[in-house]
Amino acid sequence: MALYLLFLMLPIYWLLNMSLKTNAEILGSFSLWPRDLTLANYIKILTDPSWYWGYINSLIYVVINTVISLAVALPAAYAFSRYNFMGDKHLFFWLLTNRMAPPAVFALPFFQLYSSVGLFDTHIAVALAHCLFNVPLAVWILEGFMRGVPKEIDETAYIDGYSFPHFFIRIFTPLIASGIGVAAFFCFMFSWVELLLSRTLTSVDAKPIAATMTRTVSASGLDWGVLAAAGMLTIVPGALVIYFVRNYIAKGFALGRV
Amino acid sequence: MSLILEGVSKIVGSNTHIHTTDLTLEKGTMNVLLGPTLSGKTSLMRLMAGLDKPTAGRVHWDGRDVTGMRVQDRKVAMVYQQFINYPSMTVYDNIASPLRLMGKSASQIKEEVHKAADLMQLTPLLQRKPLELSGGQQQRCALARALVKNAGLVLLDEPLANLDYKLREELREEIPKLFEASGAVFVYATTEPEEALLLGGNTATLWEGRITQFGPTPSVYRTPVDATTARVFSDPPMNFLNITKANNRLSFGDAQSAEAKGSLAQLADGTYMAGFRPNHLELHAHTADAMEFQTQLSVTEITGSETFVHLDHHGDRWVGLVHGVQMLTAGQALNVYLDPSHVYIFAQDGTLVSPAAYAKAA
Repeated sequence: MALYLLFLMLPIYWLLNMSLKTNAEILGSFSLWPRDLTLANYIKILTDPSWYWGYINSLIYVVINTVISLAVALPAAYAFSRYNFMGDKHLFFWLLTNRMAPPAVFALPFFQLYSSVGLFDTHIAVALAHCLFNVPLAVWILEGFMRGVPKEIDETAYIDGYSFPHFFIRIFTPLIASGIGVAAFFCFMFSWVELLLSRTLTSVDAKPIAATMTRTVSASGLDWGVLAAAGMLTIVPGALVIYFVRNYIAKGFALGRV
Repeated sequence: MSLILEGVSKIVGSNTHIHTTDLTLEKGTMNVLLGPTLSGKTSLMRLMAGLDKPTAGRVHWDGRDVTGMRVQDRKVAMVYQQFINYPSMTVYDNIASPLRLMGKSASQIKEEVHKAADLMQLTPLLQRKPLELSGGQQQRCALARALVKNAGLVLLDEPLANLDYKLREELREEIPKLFEASGAVFVYATTEPEEALLLGGNTATLWEGRITQFGPTPSVYRTPVDATTARVFSDPPMNFLNITKANNRLSFGDAQSAEAKGSLAQLADGTYMAGFRPNHLELHAHTADAMEFQTQLSVTEITGSETFVHLDHHGDRWVGLVHGVQMLTAGQALNVYLDPSHVYIFAQDGTLVSPAAYAKAA
């Protein structure tokens, strides 16, 4: 266990270590901790707009994507869990097969499509492209949770006089809150780490952080320290999200279909 | 305020869940739907509630045709066998939710919720969530929610089936009292004949999606119109035996026969089906004309003060319910006695020809 943790944490520690060193120290010597502790790398990222806009862009499209994915997946999952319609099982399966194709396959059609309709280099373009992967996943996860809620609750609510939207928001959503948490988490993480599509579909205005990082390659070589600092900052949002939804996730793994 | 089902039927795919049914339930009555599992009790209730639309026929409520009306617009309340509450709300909010949807004022809601909670002994639990309650309390919460609504039609779908024995008895006493004053039409589905008899009112016996008989509970019990009804309204089921009538005597086989008294005297000669309830089989002859049957004992079940004896009578399976704890060994021969006055006579197609003499006297 200790060994496992050590190996798991080592790269992250090394990244942190590097991000707090100067370039000269990184390249010049081997040290387990920064001898010449500096925050210059972080300061550079947080003050230079071309750097921190990378984060903002990424966050914008990730949030848009998560919201759209859930907004689309909730009613879809409800339909799958509550109604029988022609081809529902096939459709449910085919939703998942969307995820079997690597994102690279979709890069070209999306690029061509968005260029021609003027969506290229916008946040919404990346968000929509990611929906292709996230909606099926969210539907799959949510359907499992919704199936666990007895249909009689729906009916009791209707008998009590709830209209469908009222019932859905007031009674149903709280029951599958952990499912929504889990689905949101997976959407967020996928969208946050996905590089290929986001990079292909943006150039300047909506450039994600992962693409921005390649900027450090310059004629004078790599700016190791800044790159490491950027890497650290990339881990932070994911860690934050995991921290906040950890209870949901644990419950979700136990209850639903994840 | 009465509920009228007019030629209602429900067909799903190629399965007929409810055969064409006519039924009128009057205001302020307790109506029991009695039948085994899958006999169509729940299907019928869902049609009454408006959760399902009938394939054919109309549903009238209070003189109005409500067949196509949304369930939200019907004034009904329903309690399921499973304890259905809104898990994310407190007990108070659960009970208050139908009132809120009716747009009542906060003070009025508070008053009515507390009244229902008092009645259902939920007052100390109002701030808890339903899932923190015991099964009986959860079901009481569901009943309270149905109660505050003051609905004209209250549907209870085996509300006590998932409760333990003690709680069931408690609630079974309370339910008729609770709703007596409301003047609503009550429909109560159950699989247990005993429960139907305890609740009183009217009983409709169901068998394979058909109402076989509907009428006041005691009269359905005493004079079932056919063998199916008798079988449904008897726990354990009624025992049957083929008999023949000739020369003014009913022959029960095994050289046992009884004189065809009273109305039976007018019966045409021929083959009939005799039916008798398990509690009328006895281990000793109490009357001079009691008939004796030689059977083989397959199993005994002792309930404490009574003993169920499962018997094999020439290949027919009979069940007897006898008093006291009987120490009998399985496989032994056992003579049982039956008083002819306890015998129902059915025609070969199952329709009742003559009810048992004791039932006519009662």
